Amino acid sequence: MTPLLSVSDLRVGFGRDPRANEVVRGVSFDVADGETLAIVGESGSGKSVTALSINRLIDFGGGRITGGAIGLKRANGTVLDLAGAGEAQLTGIRGAEIGMIFQEPMTSLNPVLTIGTQIEESFRLHRGLTGRQATVAARDALDRVRIPDAARRLKYTPNQLSGGMLQRVMIAIALACNPRLLIADEPTTALDVTVQAQIMALLAELKRETGMSVIFITHDIGLVAGIADKVMVMQNGQAVEQGELNQILDSPRHPYTQHLLRDVPHFASGRATRADGRREKSENRQPALKVDGLVVRFPLKSNFFSRATGAVHAVDGVDFDLMPGETLAIVGESGSGKSTTAKAVLGLVRSTRGSFSVGNAPAERNVRPVQMVFQNPYASLNPRLTIESILAEPVIAAGGRVDTATRARMASLLDRVGLPMNSLQRYPYEFSGGQRQRLCIARALMLNPSVVVLDEAVSALDVSVQAKVLELLVNLQREYGLAYLFISHDMAVVERIAHRIAVIYAGQIVEIGDAASVLSRPRHSYTRKLISAVPAIDRRHEHFEIDTRQVPSLVRPRGFEPTPARWERFGGDHMARVEA
Amino acid sequence: MNYLLRRLATFPLVLLGVSILVFVAIRMVPGDSITAMLGTEAGLLTPAQRDALAAYFGIDQPWFIQYWRWIGGIAHGNFGISVTYGRPVLDVILERFPLTLELALLSMIIALAVGMPAGIHAATHNEKPSDLGVRIVAMIGQSTPSFVLGLLIIYTLSAGFGVLPAMGEFAPLWQDPLRNLSQLILPAITLGFAFAASVTRIARSAMLDVLSDDYVRTARSKGASARSVIWRHALPNALIPVVTLSGIEFGYLLGGAVIVEQIYALPGLGRMVLDAILQRDYALVQGAVLFIAFNFMIVNLLVDLAYVALDPRIRLGEQ
Repeated sequence: MTPLLSVSDLRVGFGRDPRANEVVRGVSFDVADGETLAIVGESGSGKSVTALSINRLIDFGGGRITGGAIGLKRANGTVLDLAGAGEAQLTGIRGAEIGMIFQEPMTSLNPVLTIGTQIEESFRLHRGLTGRQATVAARDALDRVRIPDAARRLKYTPNQLSGGMLQRVMIAIALACNPRLLIADEPTTALDVTVQAQIMALLAELKRETGMSVIFITHDIGLVAGIADKVMVMQNGQAVEQGELNQILDSPRHPYTQHLLRDVPHFASGRATRADGRREKSENRQPALKVDGLVVRFPLKSNFFSRATGAVHAVDGVDFDLMPGETLAIVGESGSGKSTTAKAVLGLVRSTRGSFSVGNAPAERNVRPVQMVFQNPYASLNPRLTIESILAEPVIAAGGRVDTATRARMASLLDRVGLPMNSLQRYPYEFSGGQRQRLCIARALMLNPSVVVLDEAVSALDVSVQAKVLELLVNLQREYGLAYLFISHDMAVVERIAHRIAVIYAGQIVEIGDAASVLSRPRHSYTRKLISAVPAIDRRHEHFEIDTRQVPSLVRPRGFEPTPARWERFGGDHMARVEA
Repeated sequence: MNYLLRRLATFPLVLLGVSILVFVAIRMVPGDSITAMLGTEAGLLTPAQRDALAAYFGIDQPWFIQYWRWIGGIAHGNFGISVTYGRPVLDVILERFPLTLELALLSMIIALAVGMPAGIHAATHNEKPSDLGVRIVAMIGQSTPSFVLGLLIIYTLSAGFGVLPAMGEFAPLWQDPLRNLSQLILPAITLGFAFAASVTRIARSAMLDVLSDDYVRTARSKGASARSVIWRHALPNALIPVVTLSGIEFGYLLGGAVIVEQIYALPGLGRMVLDAILQRDYALVQGAVLFIAFNFMIVNLLVDLAYVALDPRIRLGEQ
């Protein structure tokens, strides 16, 4: 039987001379009716270009198919080569026979049109529906992706909906005309982990309902473990390995697949936590950082002159301490207050209440006890400064001078983070993402800090680069006795680096304790929900459950004070907030 | 609505600031209205005569008394009497304003009618020969001074076709629309050409930005045609910079276009203000500047309201 889609020896190039600049170099695969193929790879592997070539959206991104064939079995049984199809033919196929969803739901919908209009458009284009009929069809489409109150939501514009809701709208649009093939290009990468679980569950259900085929592009092999039938692993524009899901996961043959499965952080329910540097029994050591009753509120005013009517309680009473040589991970979803906590510790936002004490802060110049590494290494290095100036910046800011001692420190730190000696006279653009993050780490260490705040410091990096940067961080921690405050949403990464974990929800810590204990025996219901949402290879046979509880609003009326927390202890330092 | 009222409430404050600035600035220009009015004959005045004239016009008082009198008059709708015209300032301005408004509107219509399609075409044919052509013409349009273009148009018409632009007494639109249009169309083209060039360039770059946005890719993935992608999905998102630019240009044009008015011998606001400055006609300069500032504020307000209509993400009056 002919497969629904048969791609053979696909080659795609970019630029003036596409043949000389091929980023997909001879990829072949089949997708049968009702089958789910996962294409797994890191950035630059050509996985997205391959996907965009199938419905030929790559033409609009400057790409050109330079060879090969893409055979699509039409509804009437004939096979059409999409690689050679004309634009008129393709507009009839896009949306009708091939639906697509993208990585960024926030930017993938037209901001000036209501979502109703955008869903109706699919029905107008391919079904010829107009007016009332189209509206009814759009409402049904929203119902289908489990958006409550669909009729009212049709009139919303995208800015009025959350990322998870928008991705459901995208799915509704892509599936409006019941395409037989859905291409999902990293559809959950930009979403929180619990929302990701909801979207994955929804996709699995819709696939069962419609019997469509799915091509799922991802960098996270753990994510597709639950839904894929076949996996194709791509590297440098080629498919290095493809086969049945279980065969790939259990007995990978290609070294790169083995590397993706073995070296890259995957969530292991607390079994992969660090064995070194656990908090010692002797509690008489002075903490490197102690935070007491931190509160950060942003007052809400309706206009410049009026008094605040309420406040956003971004952080509402957070306490923790951090010992030298220890990593405390603060995990939570977007809007939980984890980054605000980090910024308050650094003094980048003003805390409304609460105190910090930084232990044994040395009084010398050129030393600052707390430093920071940010999420995006591309945006956090000034492109017009040389690496030498970038590394000198913190020293100058602290009132020091760039002398031989400073230069010696630059050289030794560069060497220590694994960058070549000649880097000093170069500019940030000459370095890869991983190298840039190493530079950011070197910069943070210039002033000999005792605490380093790492705000999603590896989230923007490719998975295999993540592993190496984490390793570097662990080594530096041992060497300099650094205390890390590690802010992250990624449980797999947290498991690799944290000694202790604090789970933050709606501005409050709901559970804190030893990493292995929190991850393997979560006590608070939110921690459980968070952990069960993390995709894991060894939980691939478990089913996702849809939990659509929303994070409560952080906006409180004037003068509101949260009730003081009551804590329940579970041995060691593991404790969780008692739930009402 | 609330926002509109609050916005309108700021108008008097801004106008007060403008009035002080212009009042002081015009008095810092050397010379006075008596010398300007009488020319060389001013030298024949006896000091007593000069003082009497100064007292008549009220310019013998200290500046803050003059200012107080002037601003007090405005509060009662009296902008003062123009020395050169011997008539109330507001009458003189309102007589000139319809022409200036019409010229500004015509220029903007020409600019948008030519610039938008040209910009969109250039963006959708990026780096193709026609894009290059549009960009070259736009560059020429932006860098050609209006007097060169105006003279070129007059010269070509008269030397090439023996046609002269309709000069002579200006005919208001409501009296003789045909003659009015024939008088204004060439000046409007002259002004509109540079305006259109700016619109083209901004529309092109805004469209190029928008065309690479994710939601345009989404529209294509739905099977939308190229035309629908451009007009329905991309264009509404590319309009904001065009509206911003058009608002600023239009606001400037409402202040009069001195050079073009001069070339085509049109009695617009621009020439009136220039003459008033040369004649040290303080009341007229002050009144005209206030009037122009008020218009600019109205245009800015309309531009802000247009943003709200164009983009649901924009809410006015929020911080």
